[in-house]
Amino acid sequence: MTGTTAGTSAPAGPLARPASPAAVARDDRPGGAGTRRAFFLVMLAAASAVFLYPFVWLVVASLKPRDRTFADPFLPWPRPFAPQSYVDVWHAAPMTAWLVNTVVVGFMAALTVTVSSAFVAFGFAYFRFPGRGVLFGSVLATMMLPAAVTLVPTYLIWNAVGLTGTQVPLWAGNVFGSAFYIFLLRQFFLGIPRYVFEAARVDGASYLDLFWRIALPLARPALIIAFVFELKASWFDLMKPLIYLQDPQLFTLPRGLKAIVDQFYQGGDPKWEIVLAAGVITTLPLIAIFFVGQRYFVQGIATTGQRG
Amino acid sequence: MARRLSGRPETRWAYVFLLPWLIGLVLFQAGPMVASLVLSLTDYDLISPPKFVGLGNYAQMAQDPKVARAIANTAFYTVLHVPLAAVIALALALMLNRVTGRAAGVFRTVFYLPSMTPYVAVGVLFLFLLNGQAGLVNQFLGLFGIDGPQWTTDPAWVKPGIVLMSLWNLGSTTIILFAALRNVPRELHEAAMIDGAGAWQRFRSVTVPMISSALFFVVIINTISSVQMFDQVYTMFFGNQSAQHSYGDAALFYVVYLFQQGFQFLHMGYASALAWVLFLIILVITVIQVKVGNRFVYYEAEPQGSTELESR
Repeated sequence: MTGTTAGTSAPAGPLARPASPAAVARDDRPGGAGTRRAFFLVMLAAASAVFLYPFVWLVVASLKPRDRTFADPFLPWPRPFAPQSYVDVWHAAPMTAWLVNTVVVGFMAALTVTVSSAFVAFGFAYFRFPGRGVLFGSVLATMMLPAAVTLVPTYLIWNAVGLTGTQVPLWAGNVFGSAFYIFLLRQFFLGIPRYVFEAARVDGASYLDLFWRIALPLARPALIIAFVFELKASWFDLMKPLIYLQDPQLFTLPRGLKAIVDQFYQGGDPKWEIVLAAGVITTLPLIAIFFVGQRYFVQGIATTGQRG
Repeated sequence: MARRLSGRPETRWAYVFLLPWLIGLVLFQAGPMVASLVLSLTDYDLISPPKFVGLGNYAQMAQDPKVARAIANTAFYTVLHVPLAAVIALALALMLNRVTGRAAGVFRTVFYLPSMTPYVAVGVLFLFLLNGQAGLVNQFLGLFGIDGPQWTTDPAWVKPGIVLMSLWNLGSTTIILFAALRNVPRELHEAAMIDGAGAWQRFRSVTVPMISSALFFVVIINTISSVQMFDQVYTMFFGNQSAQHSYGDAALFYVVYLFQQGFQFLHMGYASALAWVLFLIILVITVIQVKVGNRFVYYEAEPQGSTELESR
């Protein structure tokens, strides 16, 4: 905790510069740069073990027979190896349907919010019009609006149009864009030099052309950030499936996992290995998506965090 | 002013682009906000038409021991989670900043992985890890001769267990603070060193002020999300009628109670009143935090750095 940023770090970009004599002198004393770096590497490795081991435990426990679930908690492989739980979970619950539902709902949610947010963000970034400041203020204000406040009326709306009990309420609100992504994408569009658009206007491009043919392709990294963030958010969502879905065939993975816990952990019929296997199945695809789109996640969090 | 410019096609096109947002704002944000307020003045169960009861729901809230309990539980969790999350994430970020390069990237990924685990799965995992008899946490404590508590059943230990679980999810906070640390100009540290400042002094007088806006941001964001804690807690302790509730209302968080009232008991009016009070609570907390924060936060002058927090 007492460590600061001096000494060994080498920030990239404009901040990188050769070490000043004073810093070099400091690093040369006994217990200098190399030793300290090694110390922090060891500390970070220890912290990593704490963050990683729960995953290891989850996967290992899901591959053990029920009476061994809690046995050998520090053994990082299953003994005995019993992958039967992954077959059993498919018999106990409509896992294929849940997986497909989660992917479909997630894809719809992410696609709609990305396109619509980009559309709106372009409007805020490109045009100068009366009321722009106030309207953009309303975008920022809704970012602070807790979802719980609109839960009941939103349900009543979907109920009024007869769509409760379907998956539509899980994503359809996204066709109107989302404040967070509008903010993110507007920042990105503002970074595109204006003469790029003006040149296209001179060549006779319409405003829709500017958006579709120039702004969107140039904003690809920001679009991917919005897409993966929303995919993740949708994959996490428990509240909306709890509220809107009754038919287990329509469940998403989190809602399904909740049903499995209720039946096989809390209920009178404990089948821990099934609960654990379902937990792994719910988590693993998202981890895979993270590894593919990792830099977009990190970039998105870091930029919005700093910008915000 | 609309009259003056309404003839310009550019203005009309601007509103075409804004149209989805405007519709959504009315339909899913402002409209429901107002509807929620109106509903909070009624008794409504979805079947019979809403019955106007004035401030009856709010009066009932004031006397409902479960509301007091839910607020106390939520406050307990928030007051523990937010500072602990900030301090631990800052410690991780400081260490990342000391190694940088490829190693920092790998560790940052590791720290973020728990944040890619759906909350329901986190709740499920920690039901096992926090198991009082044989869970990993208590077996680990047992290595040091500590007889761990009944995290999931003892009312006194349910919330500390939930806080422990929440500290597994520090990925975003760490990434934000790490990014802020990397933006601290090294010249400042060197200048402080030349002036003879020790490590702790430099941390206090250079690092903390330079990342204060990021720290402030994570505190606000984490507070808002803590107050709305639902998924993990609901997964672990609610939703199953046959589950034994030996922990009483120890895990009754505010949004859990709101959800129960609205969607299990169909007390739509009462749930709306709960929602509005939640909104006001969050608003008041955020305003206080911004007011207090502005006294401590150092904002670097940035040409286009009008963030949503600075601009309010």
